[in-house]
Amino acid sequence: MTESILQDRTGRNTADRVQAGLKRRYAAERRFRIYGLISILTAMGFLAALLTSIAGNGYGAFLQTHVRLDILFSKADLDPGGTGDPAVLRQGDYDALIKDALAHRFPDVTSRADKRKLNGMISASAGFDLAQMVADEPEIVGTTQRIWLPATGDIDVFVKGNVSEKVPETERRIKDVEIGWVKALQSTGDLELKFNTRFFTSGDSRNPEVAGIWGAVVGSLFTLIITLALAFPLGVMAAVYLEEFAPKNRWTDLVEVNINNLAAVPSIVFGLLGLAVFLNFFHLPRSAPLVGGMVLALITLPTIIIASRAALKAVPPSIREAALGVGASRMQTVTHHVLPLAMPGMLTGTIIGMAHALGETAPLLMIGMVAFIVDIPTSPLDPATVLPVQVYLWADSAERAFVERTSAAILVLIAFLICMNLLAIILRKRFERRW
Amino acid sequence: MIKRTLLLGALATMAVAGAGAAEARDQINIVGSSTVYPFSTVVAERFGKGSGFNTPKVESTGSGGGLKLFCAGVGVGHPDITNSSRRIKKSEVESCAKNGVTDITEVKIGYDGIVVANSKKAPQAQFTLPQLFLALAKQVPEGGKDGGKLVANPFKKWSDIDKSLPDAKIEVLGPPPTSGTRDAFNELVMEVGCESFKASTKDLEKKAHQAVCQGIREDGAYIEAGENDNLIVQKLDANPNAFGVFGFSFLDQNADKIQGSVVGGEQPTFENISAQNYPVSRPLYFYVKKAHVGQIPGIKEFVAEFTSEKAWGPDGYLSDRGLIPLPDAERKKTRTDAVGMSNLSM
Repeated sequence: MTESILQDRTGRNTADRVQAGLKRRYAAERRFRIYGLISILTAMGFLAALLTSIAGNGYGAFLQTHVRLDILFSKADLDPGGTGDPAVLRQGDYDALIKDALAHRFPDVTSRADKRKLNGMISASAGFDLAQMVADEPEIVGTTQRIWLPATGDIDVFVKGNVSEKVPETERRIKDVEIGWVKALQSTGDLELKFNTRFFTSGDSRNPEVAGIWGAVVGSLFTLIITLALAFPLGVMAAVYLEEFAPKNRWTDLVEVNINNLAAVPSIVFGLLGLAVFLNFFHLPRSAPLVGGMVLALITLPTIIIASRAALKAVPPSIREAALGVGASRMQTVTHHVLPLAMPGMLTGTIIGMAHALGETAPLLMIGMVAFIVDIPTSPLDPATVLPVQVYLWADSAERAFVERTSAAILVLIAFLICMNLLAIILRKRFERRW
Repeated sequence: MIKRTLLLGALATMAVAGAGAAEARDQINIVGSSTVYPFSTVVAERFGKGSGFNTPKVESTGSGGGLKLFCAGVGVGHPDITNSSRRIKKSEVESCAKNGVTDITEVKIGYDGIVVANSKKAPQAQFTLPQLFLALAKQVPEGGKDGGKLVANPFKKWSDIDKSLPDAKIEVLGPPPTSGTRDAFNELVMEVGCESFKASTKDLEKKAHQAVCQGIREDGAYIEAGENDNLIVQKLDANPNAFGVFGFSFLDQNADKIQGSVVGGEQPTFENISAQNYPVSRPLYFYVKKAHVGQIPGIKEFVAEFTSEKAWGPDGYLSDRGLIPLPDAERKKTRTDAVGMSNLSM
């Protein structure tokens, strides 16, 4: 008996046979590992190329050209009556203050066309900044302040070297005379690239130099909170019922098939559903993160249910049997034992679903979230947009300075995603239990 | 832990359900054309920052989509203003009226030029409208001569059409059929170019005539490049043989990389479009729902801001963004009509 195992028909024993094939098997193993390594390196290479190209394009947006001017908050322009009434102060001509300061800095600019160009160097929304300063601190009226004001996108693009001076003048948006002013300001240290805090704190704008991502970040946050609040409890409950309580019959099979199908439905279909049901039937407000969150919850539900069911299936039956054996009810078994053990898997599924929801734009188009919204939303009922929509809107803008802002917005989106994934890993580590 | 999660979830669900009641709106709601969007948003932003009213919300839905939403009814759930890169159609006015939207104010805001452009690395091209038609139509008269039998477009190179055109493959990147720019291109270039071939098309019925005169070839010479005009600019920069079709404002912003071709003997410049010399330009509009004036705060003031000289005048901030202003007299009249909210007359 022993011999027949150790020897084959040719009479060689097993040890020899293994020895003969060993080299080939090692080589095959090495090749297999190399293939794996190559595929990982290729994927990493693509990812690195993508990220460096985005980061290379986008990092410029974190800096913004500012111009330092001595602004005289003249009483005559802002508050001729000397009343100090905030309503009067708000109506003041703040653009005139900037024009005066520029005329003071460059007294030899006299022609109307050149003046127009000179005034065009400072962002069109800088006047509103000054108005805000006065509203916060009415005492500054009548004084002169040294203030850094954002330069227009065209100047910004030039200072960052994205438009060459060598291009013939007629083909540049920034003319020789403007380049002269930029150099003059630079030589006295009155023109600098400064960290662009506004990009992270303000809402959208059509002036690239003052456009910010914060409105979209808040919109994304509200939307995802609604999505999570709806999809997670519903998804987990559905999975627990289907896996632990539901009888196995034709009906539950039908439900299962439908859930799997829903996971594969294109997201625009859910957008149409949201338009028909939430907006046209329930009359919920258009463009609101509330509706966006509800639509995205529908999209993530199947993912969460499927992942949760898989997590529940992975809990060993012995745990359930032991709990039932010591007298726990079925509900106690589930809530005390099965659910905590399945939780890490469920959370992973949920985060994958949420990450998917974070990147969606198509369904949001139908419910009006692809929109220009300046004000930062304060509740889920305010109109809002989300990060990927902001990327899309900026990518479609004609102004050249939006090119780097688009990439910067993508970087913010990626950072948001990384934070979410980190959270998922931390939660999983905390809840993970091994047996 | 689990119980608390479930409870929170249930509470959130209830809060969501309770918030369903529609509330009064204190923000103007604008929808419509993606061509007017860049101008409308600039006005909206300045209006929001300068007036004390909330910043209007501007959605880019396309002209047709915008008018559909606009005409769906009166009430806070429906938009107050819609932008359009073409005039409202009779059928749309009727569908508006059916839903109770009877009083509409029309405001023509200016012109937009559509340019045919290529990279600066190649020489500037000169086209006539019939040449563009021959290059891009699905069916053309045989040999490119009037009276010829209609055949599938045989032209592969520009120089096949006319010796004066570049000796390069016909490759044009342009907007897809869903775009308002494409509609305008069909109407102002293809349809007009087609008129030079009356003898070949005169026997066609109305529908077939439109199919021939506005049918764009699908053999790869015309490439639908999506709605993203920036992408077209980048592709032109990379491929000097290709031409692109897009709005004037993108040419204006990227004049260091691309050049507009001469069409019908006219350069695509601000002055030429404004004077209506350049053949491929179209008027832009917005429409105001009068029933909402007084209900939603700020509509009148917004219209006044849009039609002020500092916005839409020749030196206004909209002309910096590429909007071509109306002639002085027309601008004055339109402003009076707009601020007075006079009714649309077809």
